[in-house]
Amino acid sequence: MRTILFILQKEFLQIFRSKGMLPIIIALPIIQLILLAYAANYEIKNITVDMVDQDHSEWSRRLTHQIFASGYFRLNAVKENIGSAMEDVRSDQADLIVVIPPHFERNLIGNNNEKIQVLINAINGMKAGIASGYIQSILQNFNGNIRMERLHQPAIYPPSPPGIDVTNVYWYNPHLDYKQFMVPGILVVLVTMIGIFLSGINIVREKEIGTMEQLNVTPIKKIHFIIGKLLPFWIIAMAELAFGLIFSWWVFHLSFAGSVGLIFFFAGIYLLVMLGLGLLISSRTETQQQALFITWFFFVVFLLLSGLFTPIESMPLWAQRITLFDPVAWFIKVIRMVLIKGSGWNDIKPYFLIILVFAVVVNISAALAYRKRG
Amino acid sequence: MENKIVQPVITAESLTKKFGHFTATDAITFQVKKGEIFGFLGANGAGKTTAIRMLCGLLMPTSGNASVAGFDVFTQTEEIKKNIGYMSQKFSLYEDLTVKENIRFYGGIYGLSNSGLKEKTEILLSKLKLKNEARHLVKSLPLGWKQKLAFSVALIHEPAIVFLDEPTGGVDPITRRQFWEMIYEAAYCGTTVFVTTHYMDEAEYCDRVSIMVSGKIAVMGTPDALKKGFSVKTMNEVFLKLAR
Amino acid sequence: MFAFIHFVKKETYHIFRDKRTLLILFGMPVVMIILFGYAIRNDIGRSDLAVVDEAHDAYSAKLIAEINASAYFDVVKVLPNEASIDNSFRKEEEKIVLIIPPHFGQHLFQPQTGKAQVRIVADASDPNLATSLTNYATAIINTFQGHISTISQPPLAIIQDVRMLYNPEMKSVYEFVPGLMALILMLVSAMMTAITITREKETGTMEVLLASPLPPALIILGKITPYILLSFINALLILGFGNFLFHVPVHGSLILLLAESVLFILTALSLGILISTVAVNQQTAMMISLGGLLMPTVVLSGFIFPLSSMPVALQWLANFIPAKWFIIILRDIMLKGNGWGYVWKETMVLLIMTLFFILLSIKRFKIRLS
Repeated sequence: MRTILFILQKEFLQIFRSKGMLPIIIALPIIQLILLAYAANYEIKNITVDMVDQDHSEWSRRLTHQIFASGYFRLNAVKENIGSAMEDVRSDQADLIVVIPPHFERNLIGNNNEKIQVLINAINGMKAGIASGYIQSILQNFNGNIRMERLHQPAIYPPSPPGIDVTNVYWYNPHLDYKQFMVPGILVVLVTMIGIFLSGINIVREKEIGTMEQLNVTPIKKIHFIIGKLLPFWIIAMAELAFGLIFSWWVFHLSFAGSVGLIFFFAGIYLLVMLGLGLLISSRTETQQQALFITWFFFVVFLLLSGLFTPIESMPLWAQRITLFDPVAWFIKVIRMVLIKGSGWNDIKPYFLIILVFAVVVNISAALAYRKRG
Repeated sequence: MENKIVQPVITAESLTKKFGHFTATDAITFQVKKGEIFGFLGANGAGKTTAIRMLCGLLMPTSGNASVAGFDVFTQTEEIKKNIGYMSQKFSLYEDLTVKENIRFYGGIYGLSNSGLKEKTEILLSKLKLKNEARHLVKSLPLGWKQKLAFSVALIHEPAIVFLDEPTGGVDPITRRQFWEMIYEAAYCGTTVFVTTHYMDEAEYCDRVSIMVSGKIAVMGTPDALKKGFSVKTMNEVFLKLAR
Repeated sequence: MFAFIHFVKKETYHIFRDKRTLLILFGMPVVMIILFGYAIRNDIGRSDLAVVDEAHDAYSAKLIAEINASAYFDVVKVLPNEASIDNSFRKEEEKIVLIIPPHFGQHLFQPQTGKAQVRIVADASDPNLATSLTNYATAIINTFQGHISTISQPPLAIIQDVRMLYNPEMKSVYEFVPGLMALILMLVSAMMTAITITREKETGTMEVLLASPLPPALIILGKITPYILLSFINALLILGFGNFLFHVPVHGSLILLLAESVLFILTALSLGILISTVAVNQQTAMMISLGGLLMPTVVLSGFIFPLSSMPVALQWLANFIPAKWFIIILRDIMLKGNGWGYVWKETMVLLIMTLFFILLSIKRFKIRLS
């Protein structure tokens, strides 16, 4: 036991003496938290529109007005023909074109129907989907309005049977604040980075500078060495989590619906998985560069499949199955459940057990991979 | 010649290490007695480091037998490690820790008590005349001082045997001299010294030497006996004759 | 020139000898494109949905059946009452619940008795998912309404003809491939050069090289030439995979596309050299690359997160990220089929950035030598 204390003391001395380490532990998390919280925003704003009004009628002007009164759209230009509007889409000045054909008003009254064309830049599929949803509901609304005025019929069609009254509520995050959703996930990323990168590089560094061999001829016990090496980063990562939570509460007004203790409890076990993984990588590599690249690879795959940026529900089944083996995905799920929805111990118990199994498996393999004798 | 009645502390019988098809040490056999300074010589790549790493429990031997301080190198490596000190060619202290912190760390993991640590630190610092540098980072010390410090740290737990793998590489002659004085002192106090080197003048300081040539021990004996055997005046000439 | 070619050969051998790093260099792009192509998607597939059916009549059953038959939802559970929703949401069992209040069918055809209602409750932890699911459910209910309605063609109907340009199926892989190119090229070119040159500095071999008769500029050039090739192969790899597996098109000129890629590779390499003039050891070089290059390239380039949704300060900051401009160029050429006339401005920005980085590196290099 005393041995562990000596290793801990040495590790902390080295960490806090290293010029490169402190900025990574202190500055990087803050920058990342702020940058990601503001940048990772899928909220669709400022959809720019080119209007091609070939009718110049009362109704076409009203429709134009109604589109921009909605608040979802910003007018880029009014064009005479589709061709010049298409130029704006090509050069990214407009996201969407609404074409009101010649004699729109006359034909609508005369033929009882008329077409309105909407062209949307769909390179960003999600933005296109949302824009098309907005514009369609505006057109429907407009259609209802003119129908009511002209035919004195009810706005919602068909009149019989009377419309179903659909109402909807958003729970847990009624203002649809994207930060409430993203920030807990970003905290997980920060904790993960400390866990996997720093611990992984740390041991391989001792190999590179040669002190590892010196340690291997001492009677130091394997388990003491591993604990002494990993515990500092466990402590730092937990401190980082605490700091991140306070910072997010202060700056982003993050909601704390559930128990913070539960999050720390889960994080404690989760970190064992990440630290064990770092240890495993560093026992299998010879240089810091190799360790870094391999760690980076795992990290990127874990992150992409974690559900942080894109919902796991959107993935194909096989990818969803892979995410079952992604510890980052589990922690992001749990931290969101607890912080946003206030899920309790009973709700997260299955996930806790899964992460516990991961921790045991990873650490046993890491302990087996680390040998004092070649 | 009173050493003869003392039990050997290191014995190796046909100790062999193969890496694939390459035989790094080929059935070496020798004994080292308590308090002896045993010089383990040989050209670069002769297999010295492999042998020393097997004896220290860093490398699993392929075949043969060996025991260090009465413990078997195949099965009791952790017991061996409690009884030996080791200093490798690569500098083994932490450059980003101070002199004192290094002493404390290594003493600590060898299980020295707090009072023992304090006492040892004081003794070491005054012996090495490093009192004023105790709080300096090791990387700021000149190489010679670093090596002397590393040697003292390898002896901090008063081991029965100390293994030195080319301890004086790149060090100036005066410091080398001082270094050997430290080795003598340790041997006088009963520590067995197992040292590899390729400075042949250093070989003269050893009680007994063995010279390895491509994985095998070519000759073994006291420096005087070897010189007589080859009818030459210096160990250097012995070495050159063997290399040919 | 002969000496130079030998030098390039030596550098290439170095790279190809380290199998693990090589595996990462080529394996990474492949894994990432497969992940981005198949797994990382914004489009929502089928989701689980629960119902609270307080009406228990023929029409509520019909509505539920219609929802279950749609492409968006599986009705997985019937909850007894509204109070049990919270518990179910907290276990993450589903993210949307439909509540059909009592007398649904009766109200539907006898409006005088009350209004037929449907309430949608969404777990808005993920605001976008919640909005999308709510929109889907609303649309299905509207269709249901149409089905049970008696009149088929309403008067004065505006027919909506919505067309999706460039990406008719709205696949997210179309959007991600250009970003992925930028990311991988940045990773390989900038980070690898920064680390290799710093390693030579650290191990002292740089001084040996600088003492050789080759001029310093040629030495640097020799070091980066293999990476230009590697990066270029990677670019082709990504384009090829994107095209064969996911049918991401290249509507514009392939030659222009490749030329722009080479320009971006040079930008990245010059950044890598710049980093190596600043960094003292490999660890610092790695950290500067990770924090200063990769993070901005992922976050601030419009790769994953749309720039137009960001605060103005970040949008302004994004102008200094080379990847932003490269992604615009790639999307223009690949997806829109735009030619030189549309991308020359962005190209100029990249060119000026590259020259700036090179000049800065030379200046820093000279300071170090003197």
